[in-house]
Amino acid sequence: MRYRRRIKGLVAVASTLLLVSVAGCGTDSGGDDDGGDDTPGAEGFTPPDLPMLEELGDNEGQVNILAWPGYAEDGSTDPAVDWVTPFEEETGCEANVKYFATSDEAVQLMKSGEYDVVSASGDASLRLIAAGDVEPVNTDLIPNYADVYDYLKDRDWNSVDGQMYGVPHGYGANLLMWRTDVITTPPTSWSAVFDDAADNSGKVTAYDSPIYIADAALYLKATQPDLGIEDPYSLDEDQLAAAVDLLKAQKEHVGEYWSDYLKEVQAFTTGDSVVGTTWQVIANVAQGEDVPVEVTLPEEGATGWSDTWMVGAEAKNKNCAYAWMNHIISPEANAAVAEYFGEAPSNPKACDIASEGHCETFHAGDEEYAAQIAYWTTPIEQCLDGRTDVKCTDYGDWTQAWTEIKG
Amino acid sequence: MSVLSRRPGLRVGLLLTPPMLWLGVAYLGALAALLITSLWSQNDFTGNIERIWTLDNFRDLFTIEVYRTIALRTIGIAALVTVIDAVLAFPIALFMAKVASPRWQRVLVIAVLMPLWASYLVKAYAWRGLVSADGLLQTIASPFGLGTPGYGLIATTMTLAYLWLPYMILPIYAGLERVPNSLFEASADLGAGSATTLRRVVLPVVFPAVVAGSIFTFSLSMGDYIAVKIVGGTGQLLGNVVYDNQGAANNLPFAAAVATVPIVVMLAYLAAVRRTGALEQL
Repeated sequence: MRYRRRIKGLVAVASTLLLVSVAGCGTDSGGDDDGGDDTPGAEGFTPPDLPMLEELGDNEGQVNILAWPGYAEDGSTDPAVDWVTPFEEETGCEANVKYFATSDEAVQLMKSGEYDVVSASGDASLRLIAAGDVEPVNTDLIPNYADVYDYLKDRDWNSVDGQMYGVPHGYGANLLMWRTDVITTPPTSWSAVFDDAADNSGKVTAYDSPIYIADAALYLKATQPDLGIEDPYSLDEDQLAAAVDLLKAQKEHVGEYWSDYLKEVQAFTTGDSVVGTTWQVIANVAQGEDVPVEVTLPEEGATGWSDTWMVGAEAKNKNCAYAWMNHIISPEANAAVAEYFGEAPSNPKACDIASEGHCETFHAGDEEYAAQIAYWTTPIEQCLDGRTDVKCTDYGDWTQAWTEIKG
Repeated sequence: MSVLSRRPGLRVGLLLTPPMLWLGVAYLGALAALLITSLWSQNDFTGNIERIWTLDNFRDLFTIEVYRTIALRTIGIAALVTVIDAVLAFPIALFMAKVASPRWQRVLVIAVLMPLWASYLVKAYAWRGLVSADGLLQTIASPFGLGTPGYGLIATTMTLAYLWLPYMILPIYAGLERVPNSLFEASADLGAGSATTLRRVVLPVVFPAVVAGSIFTFSLSMGDYIAVKIVGGTGQLLGNVVYDNQGAANNLPFAAAVATVPIVVMLAYLAAVRRTGALEQL
């Protein structure tokens, strides 16, 4: 009897302690978190005041790279594709590469503080800046930065108030890929995965991320102009609802959504997917394994990415991080990655090294073409297309919509 | 040393401290941290957690229809996997416990345990290959005019049933071994055929063991997200919602709120199981 009372007493004490500590750590004032105000916009948010590196020191001996698949090849995927080993030999920084599948994953992983440098697309870069996970980049410390195309510098997604937060990597578009033996007439429009998806029901694929809603919005911009969609990333409630309806209709015919690029390669190889959105590198890998696929940029245009290499605020190897950024935009490495991944390089000197016609195919240096790709950007409440009479939906709304679409 | 021999309470306390620390801090503490996170909110843009108390996550969870659908679907699949495993495991366990010779018993136990030595991912990807459009199931089924179910909920159910089968076979086998053979003879003496014996003598005795196995299969299926991602096609279960919100959308508070659903379901399940008296006999 006494024993039982003692146990009950111990439990009571333990729970009280737990509740008190929880209450203590729970009641922060709301404005305690890093990142400035609650309604940030491309024009209107204040990034946290982080110092940038003033001068370079000795290389630390290693660097932790968080990269899109295909961005930091070291010869293990394809022995001929390697620009990491030359970097390691030249700088003495051993590269530990981690791949991520979506921008959301990248934002999440950067919060751990374990990575020194990250290749951030436009839908991750501003979020990283606002959260204080990346710091401003001192472009004077990067010799190759001077060569980068001017129209890639000081853009909305890689700089705030004239301060650069990274170095441009290159840009590219999300393309439409299909199995040539199943679909004999080459498609020219995204209708192959939207209005005509029923032709290949059960074998359509799409990118598994809320940002894919922008692809639906882009299609609606061309096919339903009365919706008034100008920028696929600034959608008000009605426009988002229309995009969601289109995607729900598409879901009936989707076999599998992909985020892991190797899973998409495998799905096209086995024939489980025969048409869908893709990256050029996926087509290259598939074609390298003799899978009959082709890609095209459809007539409605495409979403895409313009990536920036950024330095983590809590990076432990900042000198190696700067060395990597300088290396990846050097003509040799930039040409190699642009060719392998299938994108336009950010350094014009890379076009002299890249194979014949690469820069033309990917419209490197073509500022007007580059302006037509709807680069991945984080949707926010303040409409990015400048409308002030409506409130646009933000990324949280898109994430919830995406769960609803997948059902 | 004499201190310890004079104070039995201190001895017990020292003995219990490491496991209680593990249980209280590592396990219960982590659960508590999860539940507390579900009451906070998150800045959509930066992804940082804002420590303001709010019930918004739970309100969203209950009002938005898709999460109800997903929760019910997950419970349904977990129940289906449990039933399939129970139906498959019982004959196997019966054979192993009562019919097989001692030598074959040992061989069969090893055979049942062997899949557990292989990595989970290897097995899930093997099933991905099996159900794919040019996989083994397609080859076997096409002469009959049928096809592979493809990636989806059927493939998910099959894969999960396969993965958790050893966890169902072994408790039933252990339970059946404890049933004395004299019980079968007595039942036969009283005039019961094999089917009646099984139904009215064996099943009631082995029911606690089936329930023990079902706890494994039900709880493991409730939380699974990896197999669903590999063979599930466009299907989503609760685990995927948690994973997508925690990993992809950085919405840790909402993921924590979703994670409370399997916890509540399992608590209710265990309470129901306890009422049947099955836990007494484990």
